[in-house]
Amino acid sequence: MSTSGEFGPVQVAAQAGRDTLIANAALPGGRVGDAIVRFTAGDRTNHWIVALAFICTALSGLALFHPSLFWLSNIFGGGPWTRVLHPFFGLTMVIGFAFLVFRFYGYNRMTAADWRALPHLGEVEAGRYNAGQKLLFLLWMTCLAVLLVTGFLFWRPYFAGYFPIPLIRVAALLHSFFAFVLISFVIGHVYFALSVRGSIWAMTRGTVTLGWAWRNHRAWFREVTRAARTRSGTD
Amino acid sequence: MALQSLDIRRRSATTLPPPGVRDAATAQVAKLIDTSKCIGCKACQVACMEWNDLRDEIGTNTGSYDNPPDMTDKSWTVMKFSEYENPHSGNLEWLIRKDGCMHCEDPGCLKACPSPGAIVQYANGIVDFQEENCIGCGYCIAGCPFNVPRLSRRDKKVYKCTLCSDRVAVGLEPACIKACPTGALVFGTKQDMREQAAERVADLKSRGFENAGLYDPAGVGGTHVMYVLHHADQPGLYSDLPKDPRISPAVRLWKGAAKPLALAVMGLTALGAFFHYLRAGPDETTERDEEEAAQARKAAARAGSDRPGAPPP
Repeated sequence: MSTSGEFGPVQVAAQAGRDTLIANAALPGGRVGDAIVRFTAGDRTNHWIVALAFICTALSGLALFHPSLFWLSNIFGGGPWTRVLHPFFGLTMVIGFAFLVFRFYGYNRMTAADWRALPHLGEVEAGRYNAGQKLLFLLWMTCLAVLLVTGFLFWRPYFAGYFPIPLIRVAALLHSFFAFVLISFVIGHVYFALSVRGSIWAMTRGTVTLGWAWRNHRAWFREVTRAARTRSGTD
Repeated sequence: MALQSLDIRRRSATTLPPPGVRDAATAQVAKLIDTSKCIGCKACQVACMEWNDLRDEIGTNTGSYDNPPDMTDKSWTVMKFSEYENPHSGNLEWLIRKDGCMHCEDPGCLKACPSPGAIVQYANGIVDFQEENCIGCGYCIAGCPFNVPRLSRRDKKVYKCTLCSDRVAVGLEPACIKACPTGALVFGTKQDMREQAAERVADLKSRGFENAGLYDPAGVGGTHVMYVLHHADQPGLYSDLPKDPRISPAVRLWKGAAKPLALAVMGLTALGAFFHYLRAGPDETTERDEEEAAQARKAAARAGSDRPGAPPP
């Protein structure tokens, strides 16, 4: 691993590829040191586009779901604007998530070992993603696929007119249910992001410390360090 | 409300009850449509256009007397003509039904509507759309068991028969009633209309229509627009009038139990996460983790093989 001194810490992090070991990286608490790039600038941009679109979609959807939350429609300029914007927010989220799938699906395939690890999540050495994270990713893919299809079925005024009313009724019910599942598990996602310290740093600055990788994703730590060693051996 | 006739009994997307001190002194109203007296002249359609200032676009002939072929945002009532060959008598019967909002006692549109006050039910039973509150989502279309609300392409609001709530409020009968030349349309209290219908049904039965009856479907709590039908056992003969209309179970669940349950679970998930964090605290990477990681990295480098690094000493 070679890092030349003319790059400041932040530049190094911005330029390095995913899963590479870098030196002189900015670390939490103002420290500078070795780190692993967990998310590239592209990964982070993609993630936060989806996150912002999710917030807008969820708030506008909740406004239309329960009368007690109709006041949320004021955020978007009133009831009609909320109705107009919600599907476009949702579409942004789904398209953004499709890019996340393109980036991260490969890491999130459930293996036989993952299924075995599921009941002992804290005890087994996790790869880049542990079995719970992989299941969450697959759950979100499912939710967003159902939300996309059912959403089109009652998107007025553009598409709903082409579908029979009994189908629209079922679509509306499924849309609400899968949105509820999605929102509930996003709450869980946010909880873990906040409570597992260093995760927010990973999704805002891109890097994690070696200790973080060792503690939370040890199998991934071993892969990254082994790859770095192999590479430095050929330099 | 200044006018007792405009007291509101139900209001869409509203969780607390509307003002209710004035007890339902106002009589329940109903329109009675006697299909056995209807001659299909469409005076009611014209009266509706005139009173409500509606001028629908000129459409195309679809091969039947239905004109326009279906209700639109600007045609709130449409005569539907059905030709029926009665297998018992061998007669050809022309069954004409004035289609329009049924003003359900338990309105599916109001149940489905997410916008506060966009749909109201007055104390007299009339179900009315308040278009200035309408957001154009079309949920009422999914909620209605009779396929009545129509979304306007022009302003993205839904429209339907108001039962001339503005006329009824000041003691007038709806415009269609006023225009009907045969007395097929009558308007009054729901009780009076039921009595009127009972006389008509008895008369029809005496003329050989043994299945004559009143259409006031119980599945939606009864309606404030009722039909006298010669064949009350087969309402489907009258341009697919539903036999047992009720709010779809999917809509009931979507707009019923699902709402508070989903909100409660989402709220409790967030609260539970907060208090779990408060009690269990964060999961922090410690100095020891960093040291172990550094050692593992060194050990792996020393091992010089492609096998996974040995655990730190």
